[in-house]
Amino acid sequence: RSLVPQKVQKNHRKMSALQEMSPNVRNIKQLQYVALIRRASQIKEELRQKVRKPYKEMIDVCWGDPHRAGVKPLTFVRQVLAACLYPQLVDSDTLPVDVRQRARMLLRGCAGGSVGSYTAPAGTSEIVHGISEFITRRDGGAPSYPENIYISPGSQWALQNIINVLVNSEPSSPKTGVLTPLPCYSTTISSMVGLGAVAVPYSLCEERGWELQVEELQRALESAKGVCKPVALYIVNPGNPTGYVQSRKSMQEVIRFASEKRLFLLADEVYQDCVYGDNSEFVSYKRVLAEMGPPLSDTVELASFHSASKGFMGECGLRGGYVELVNMDPAVMKYIYTLFSADSCAPVLGQFALDLLTSPPQPGDPSYPLYRQVRGSDDQFAGCLIVVNSLPGFSCQPVEGGVFAFPRMHLPPAAIHKATEMGMQPDLFYCARLLEEAGVFVIPGCEYGQKEGTYHIRFCIMVQEDIMEELLRRLTSFHTQFMKDFS
Amino acid sequence: YSDHCPLTPLKWARQLFLINSFSVRRSARDITNMSQQAANGLPCRGKVLNLDNMNPNVRRVEYAVRGAIVQRALQIDKELKEGVKKPFTEVIKANIGDAHAMGQKPITFLRQVLALCAYPDLLDDNKFPDDSKQRARRILEACGGHSIGAYSSSQGIECIRQDVARYIEKRDDGISSDPDNIYLATGASDAIVTMLKLLVCGKGRDRTGVMISIPQYPLYSAALADLAAVQINYYLDEDKCWSLDIAELKRAVTAARQHCNPRVICIINPGNPTGQVQSRQCIEDVIRFAKEEHLFLMADEVYQDNVYAEGCKFHSFKRVLFEMGPEYSTTVEMASFHSTSKCYMGECGFRGGYMEVINMDPEVKAQLTKLVSVRLCPPVPGQALLDLVVNPPQPDEPSYDKFMKERTAVLAALAEKAGLTEQIFNTVPGITCNPVQGAMYTFPRITLPQKAIDKAKAEGQVPDMFYCMKLLEEEGICLVPGSGFGQREGTFHFRMTILPPTEKLKFVLQKISDFHIRFTQEFS
Repeated sequence: RSLVPQKVQKNHRKMSALQEMSPNVRNIKQLQYVALIRRASQIKEELRQKVRKPYKEMIDVCWGDPHRAGVKPLTFVRQVLAACLYPQLVDSDTLPVDVRQRARMLLRGCAGGSVGSYTAPAGTSEIVHGISEFITRRDGGAPSYPENIYISPGSQWALQNIINVLVNSEPSSPKTGVLTPLPCYSTTISSMVGLGAVAVPYSLCEERGWELQVEELQRALESAKGVCKPVALYIVNPGNPTGYVQSRKSMQEVIRFASEKRLFLLADEVYQDCVYGDNSEFVSYKRVLAEMGPPLSDTVELASFHSASKGFMGECGLRGGYVELVNMDPAVMKYIYTLFSADSCAPVLGQFALDLLTSPPQPGDPSYPLYRQVRGSDDQFAGCLIVVNSLPGFSCQPVEGGVFAFPRMHLPPAAIHKATEMGMQPDLFYCARLLEEAGVFVIPGCEYGQKEGTYHIRFCIMVQEDIMEELLRRLTSFHTQFMKDFS
Repeated sequence: YSDHCPLTPLKWARQLFLINSFSVRRSARDITNMSQQAANGLPCRGKVLNLDNMNPNVRRVEYAVRGAIVQRALQIDKELKEGVKKPFTEVIKANIGDAHAMGQKPITFLRQVLALCAYPDLLDDNKFPDDSKQRARRILEACGGHSIGAYSSSQGIECIRQDVARYIEKRDDGISSDPDNIYLATGASDAIVTMLKLLVCGKGRDRTGVMISIPQYPLYSAALADLAAVQINYYLDEDKCWSLDIAELKRAVTAARQHCNPRVICIINPGNPTGQVQSRQCIEDVIRFAKEEHLFLMADEVYQDNVYAEGCKFHSFKRVLFEMGPEYSTTVEMASFHSTSKCYMGECGFRGGYMEVINMDPEVKAQLTKLVSVRLCPPVPGQALLDLVVNPPQPDEPSYDKFMKERTAVLAALAEKAGLTEQIFNTVPGITCNPVQGAMYTFPRITLPQKAIDKAKAEGQVPDMFYCMKLLEEEGICLVPGSGFGQREGTFHFRMTILPPTEKLKFVLQKISDFHIRFTQEFS
């Protein structure tokens, strides 16, 4: 650029200047913790260059990414994928018999017997059928129809397609609103804003374990008057970041509310396999709806989302998710098909991951014993919470589900003051310090929305046991020092 | 369409056609009244999400490559499996650019590395060559937790972006490429849609206009409809081998300025569906045009290795841009797109691809980076595959010979089939086929008798859809009618892939030729 004659520079105006780009994209909030991401990347590099630090490795628990946090992939899953990728393995006896059988079966569903072919837009027919059978089994027999299921590159992609259909994009119309929980994981909010919708927050009640209260839904709905037209209600169950698992009763209330207020129900259930504790049980919105019987079961319009990214499979990078649509207008379904078809199809390995999720090894299969061993222990999570709750100023609601802890921090006024001086949210300030001094990367609660004057951090608890121990050790030591520094 | 449907296939297709229409525009009102329930006389009132309140933009989205004709083809597949007697034993799907589906074999080296990445225990297996293991280790090292199952950064794994940048530099004779300008994506389609999402704005007469060739790959028209951008058509010249004419670009943009704000021009080179490979001169002219008219240039180059015709060569837009000197190379804003779905790999199912952005306003680029984070990250196996494509075996490596042999065989077969297709189609009176210079398709022009055109219109069908549907029913060959891609008024075409194995392709060409003659006679 410095070599260009001045006269050329002066006459040129950027054509893609900030004023000339999509307002929807501009309106997507920049991540609050983007500076932390950059710093974490630098620290990783510095560690690689053997720069001296109080720690040898960074503990990155900011994403719900079990593999990144040291959890090993499931052997059965990876053996099947390898055999599908390189079918010479199917005929050799390097791999167990059930692996080879499954690979053969999956490849038979691929055009030309190759994972390199496109599949049908909604996914290969065999896998989609497998998913619908899984759903029926999971939901105590409530029927699930394959033609209502679409596999996508991760559940967020399917959610975006559904929201796209819901949004009224006419410039003269009021903006479309979607009721969203507060706190809520930021990607979904960004998706909605990017599509021109408005997120209408309903607060979850922290004092009652992050419970969803219908009165709060009502209040949120009312707050939208004159601002936007709410058309949908987005629920995350089990919650992210909160770890709350809804009771059946609560879900029934939500369904009744959605029906009464004519809201489309979006049920994000990607953490359904991550439920802990004796008193919690995941039950799907589809099941509760079906069990409520007509007229609700025939009329409430619902989209349920699931994914291979979470749970004990944790295959985030493969990008396999799906949506099941219930009680949709058939005419609208045809447009949904077209939308998904323009995306071609979900990555085939992601589709396979979903198949392995919904049809895992069974007792008697050679791979079953190893597969069964792997499930994480609930004790680990309970232990983690005990330690966190023992830290002065920390209070964490019980984590019944999901993969995160979202403890509240009561920060000393001096710390809040210092943060404000630096122009940072107090919890972001805390996280920046934690990253720098202890090499632990977590996300501040301001990223998710929180009640004014409250501060939180979110970190993934689905990690290797030794990593969890190290994390808690460093957190305890850092926090003790922090409280001393700002007492 | 189900077994219980009382409609004949053509009538059923017509229903679907009216819902998923294939001509260029239909008014929203037409579609509103055509819900299946309404057609059957059952009311569909009371739905929270219905035709009247759904996103009107989505109602305008069409994607012919997977449209009604393909749905009918799948239905016929099903009927064949159930033992229904037909004049053919299989449906040949020459509608979609999917090489593996048509029997093309994956490249061994690529699959070896990917298998190692998926199941690293195989790194101890001595059946895998050393160079494949070395690449697998390098990729895994760059993944979170050393697993392809971890999320990557939204822009894509950094060392892979570096490899892509180096590949581009090598391809473009040393012109530098910054890894930070590379965005890995879920296929090139994802990157294309992301750029359009970023750029489309404005209201009324200020609404962004996007120039796209006619004929075009209908991902573009679908995305433009979804974003309510204004589609500005520029016609490729069929008589001059589908070449691009600057005068035509000027005509299109000038006319468009009356009703919108033209800001983007899209070029597909080598072309889809037309296969033309732009000359260097033409690319320079387009760049000059983009600068004069202040347009963002989107260069879709996914078929860059698929060049067959004598005298044709792939020139990347980036290279030509930089060779035109700083007056252009520092000012023209551009994005180039590439993919792992085409070329010699044909790995559509991986959804791997990238774009390189040039001269983008840094603030807008920050917005782009923000936007891609909403999809979390592109599939990691696709990223790994891309890494191998840009970093293939070198002459001194054990897998080199086999790799080159396989790659050469695939491209040679495609070249042979391209020539064969042109040759055979041009022997049929009523079919005119331009040379298939590149890509994977042929887009011949078909002359339809007036009687056939009238019959089609009487049945509420676009004539080339009528033709293709009949071909499907009589011969079990699935093509996509030209109306799905756009064509000059009064002309008709179809798009066929050249992907079936040579013997099968000869069979298909023969069948289509016979059908065409029969069809012409039937409607004479």
